[in-house]
Parts: sequence; structure tokens; C-alpha cells
Amino acid sequence: MSTQDRPKRRWHIVIFLTPAVLVYTALMIFPLFGTLRLSLFTTVGQEQIFIGLDNFRTLLGDERWSNSFWNALKNNTWFFVIHMIVQNPLGIAIAAMLSSSALRFSSFYRTAIFIPTILSFVIVGFAWKLILSPLWGIAPDMLDAVGLKFLFKPWLGKEEYALTTLALISVWQFIGIPMMLIYASLLSIPDEVLEAGECDGITGMAAFWKIKLPLILPSIGIISILTFVGNFNAFDLIYTTQGALAGPNYATDVLGSFLYRTFFGFQMQLGDPNMGSAIAMMMFLVILLGVCIYLFGIQTRMRRYQF
Amino acid sequence: MNKVKHNPLNLAFAHVALITYTIIALFPVIVILINSFKTRKAIFRDPLSLPNSDSFTMVGYETVFKQGDFLQYFQNSMIVTVVSLFFILLFGAMAAFALAEYRFKGNTLMGLYLAIGIMIPIRLGTVAILQIMVAGGLVNTLTALILVYTAQGLPLAIFILAEFMRQVSDDLKDAGRIDGLSEYRIFFVLVLPLVRPAMATVAVFNMIPIWNDLWFPLILAPGEATKTLTLGSQVFIGQFVTDWNAVLSALSMAILPVMILYIIFSKQLIRGITSGAVK
Repeated sequence: MSTQDRPKRRWHIVIFLTPAVLVYTALMIFPLFGTLRLSLFTTVGQEQIFIGLDNFRTLLGDERWSNSFWNALKNNTWFFVIHMIVQNPLGIAIAAMLSSSALRFSSFYRTAIFIPTILSFVIVGFAWKLILSPLWGIAPDMLDAVGLKFLFKPWLGKEEYALTTLALISVWQFIGIPMMLIYASLLSIPDEVLEAGECDGITGMAAFWKIKLPLILPSIGIISILTFVGNFNAFDLIYTTQGALAGPNYATDVLGSFLYRTFFGFQMQLGDPNMGSAIAMMMFLVILLGVCIYLFGIQTRMRRYQF
Repeated sequence: MNKVKHNPLNLAFAHVALITYTIIALFPVIVILINSFKTRKAIFRDPLSLPNSDSFTMVGYETVFKQGDFLQYFQNSMIVTVVSLFFILLFGAMAAFALAEYRFKGNTLMGLYLAIGIMIPIRLGTVAILQIMVAGGLVNTLTALILVYTAQGLPLAIFILAEFMRQVSDDLKDAGRIDGLSEYRIFFVLVLPLVRPAMATVAVFNMIPIWNDLWFPLILAPGEATKTLTLGSQVFIGQFVTDWNAVLSALSMAILPVMILYIIFSKQLIRGITSGAVK
């Protein structure tokens, strides 16, 4: 690097870095520490009093809080599991079909399947709410047309179905992301590798399982961790379809909606920034744990191939 | 690849599967759009048919235009998204250049520090962000949203752009230095134009979540004058829940601008994503 010869004139590095570091520190790092600090205090009258880990003790020990917390964590985990077993395999399958060189209209399929991903949660939430509504009757009528009307239930209104239904709506919305990322990494596999496989008689499905899948494993890892972080932050879809109460009877409450309710309050309950911060810190720990498992447990063991 | 004979049965199966999924992907959107032009009676009697001369009506759109200031919401969303993207790309590229180009003490550490934000969602700092905005008098301003989205977008932008900037040839930059270009001109004139595909990727990855965000507009800027399109349609629909014409029209109004933008830019978008930044 030529700049090393002129150590005195290197203040341009500072100028290049300052704006980004300033905005990032002020609005990302500093607030995170602010949240941590708030979670260790409680508000009495107008004053903030330091209480150490008492908020966390309340959150995990007091039944009124801990039941809500474990319920939200359990729901959130199920939300994530549905994404992992439906969204990602389906996204990979679609990407694999799209990347076939003989397939025509592939850019049309790609564009169309990505459309739900660009829509906002508000549109997605209300559109599905209307379609699944027993009032309007599109869903029961369509099931009736194929003779399966008995299968219809007000899915979003029943405790036992609501969360799974919401997770599937979210899968419908976000399938474009794994599809695109896997599609990109499938396209980047050099033809020579596939041709070498063909010489050995590996084609079609076998080529996918034996050659392509091992090569795109790192991308699948990235998708899984993106899904994890995204799912444990979910809030918008639940808020737009079920409201801040995450009904029916908290069956669709996830950590994000629990945080929102605690922080801002709802109906009769007043908002509590300190408990809200404690919940945010628990979310932080959950996400950190997931990311660490990925970075140290999975990523380091994954084999990477260079071409 | 061309030498291989593709099994036509497999190909037909792929088409059937993809068409099925395309229908699933588009069905809700189409149902909303066609019903927004129908009378209330027709919406309920025959939800899947196209509007005809009997059932066609614009009454829903009239309510929307009378009751909600959708032009204002749209303008707010546009300003927030475009200005945030501008700052993410400018500040991100500058920092990425510093990290990729110069060796200095703490370079790796700075890179790691800036990368933390990729994994940690900015939402977790909401409580403190709100306090900062209250202290700064920025609640209910678009500036608050722009600042937050810029901070949110920077980590990934810096990460992706730095990868690309390491690939820009050193010879080119050294040639510029010999010609007496300052480091700033090297960055703006030589390097920036070369990483344009990466900038497009970053723009695409940031645009959709910023445009669609509900959390921060709800918390930082819920006032009538600063509502974004996402928040505006959420509130409008909440108020008009039983007026199906108005709800369907409001949904269509929220869908259409994004769809039009997407169809115009979908080529660049696909190229951005598949250009290999996220392998």
C-alpha cells in the first residue's frame, strides 16, 4: 500500500470512517448499551433506581411474567421451526428447478414468486386475513369446489391453528429470499464441475444431491441464520393480523409482540420501559446464542470449495 | 451443459410445480386488486370473478382519497427510503474504502466492530433510541426515521462494499496517485464507479425493509404529517375495517406503487442479487 510511505498525511482515513462510525455508534451500539442499562433499573415516581438483576428475576421468576415470557419464546421457536422445515426446503427446490438451463420462462417465475417478498406486512397480513375470513368465504368456497369444505376452520381465530397459519403466511411472504440466494449460488457453480460429473454418469437428481447440494451448503447456512435472526425479531405480521394482544388468548405472542406490549402498554396495563428493556436483553441473548452456535458450531465445520 | 439430454418428463414436472407455486404467490394479490373495483354486493357474491359493467365501481377509492392522505404518506415513504439509501451508500462506501484500502492500527478491530450490527437487530435498542429522539426533539420527524435506517443499513453495506473494493486493482489506484489525484478523488472518481454493481446490491437489500417497516414509524413518527405509506395504510384499514370497498382499495393503493417500481427495476434487482456478493 503506497500510503504507508506517507504516514503523516493519513487523516483522510479518519474522514472516510467518521460519518459511518458516528451514526452507527450513536444509533446502534449506544442504544444497545442504553437498553442494557435501563434493564438494570426500575422507575419509582420520577426517579430511576438501580436494582441490579431484579427485572430479570421478575421476568423469569414471577409467574405472571414468566408464563408470558416462556409462552412467547415457545411460540417464537415454533415459528422458526416452520420456516426451517417449509420455507427453506421449498425455496431450495424452486431455485433448483429455476436454475435448470433447459427451463423456459424462468425469469417470469422468478419475478412472480418474488412479488410477495416486496409487499409490506400490512398488505400481506390484511390480504390473508380477508381471504381466510369465514365472513368473506373465499377459502371455504375454494375448498368446497374440490369437495374439502369440512377441512375449513377459522384458522386465524383458533388457538391451536393461529400460530402455524401465521408462520405459513410468513413463509409465503419470504420464500423469495432463500430462492434468490440459492439461485445465485447455484448459478455460480462452474459448468466444468457439472460436466465432470456427467462424464461419470451423474446427472439429473443425482447431480443435485451429490454435486450441487454440497456446494451450496454455505449458502444454506447463511439462509438459516438470516431466518433465525429475522424470526426472533418478528413483530409486524403478528401486529397487523392479530393486534398487539397477539390473540387468540396470546396463542400467537412472540418475543417482539411481548416486548411491544410491555414497553408501550396496552388497554389497562401501563407501559414499563425497564421491563421492556429486560425483555429486549433476553431477545439479545437468544439471538447471540443462535449466532454463536452457527459461527462456532456449524460454520467452522462446513467445507468450502474454491474454484 | 447443452450436450446433456434433459428428461422431458422432469421438465414438465418442473413447469407444473412452478406454475402451481406462481399461482399461490400471486393469488392473494390478484384477489385484492380485482375486488377493489367491485361493488360490495359483488365482492361477497362472487369474489373470484372480474369486475364487469354491472359490478364495477370506484367507490372504495373515493373513500380512500377523501379520508386518507395517501399522497402525503407515499411522499413520506419516498423521502425516507431515498434519503436513507443515499446516506447508507455514501457513508458505507467511504468506511468500506477506508477498511479495504488502508492498513492502519485497529483496522481489523474496526471491521469487527462495524460487523456486529449485521447480526444484532437495531430494534433491541428501541427503548434507548426513543429516549435519544425525545431528547433531540426529533420525535415525529422524518429525520428520526432516516437516522435510524441509516444506522441499520450501514453494517451490511460496509461488509459487502469492502469485499468488492478489495477487488479493485491496486495498479489503477497507484496510477491515479502518480498522476497526483488526492485520496478523495481516487475514491470518488476511480473506485466508486467500479463498484456500482455492489452498490445496487446494497440498495436492493436495504430498500425493501425500509419501505415496509412498521415498527419505527409506529414508535418514532406516528403523527399524521410524518406517517409512511405502511403505517398510513395500517391505521386507515384499522379505522375502516367494516368498509370492505375502502379496505380493499387502500390495500391496492399500497400494493400498486411497489409493484410498479418492482417491475421497472426487477432486472437490476435480479442482477444485483445474482452478481455474487452473497455467495
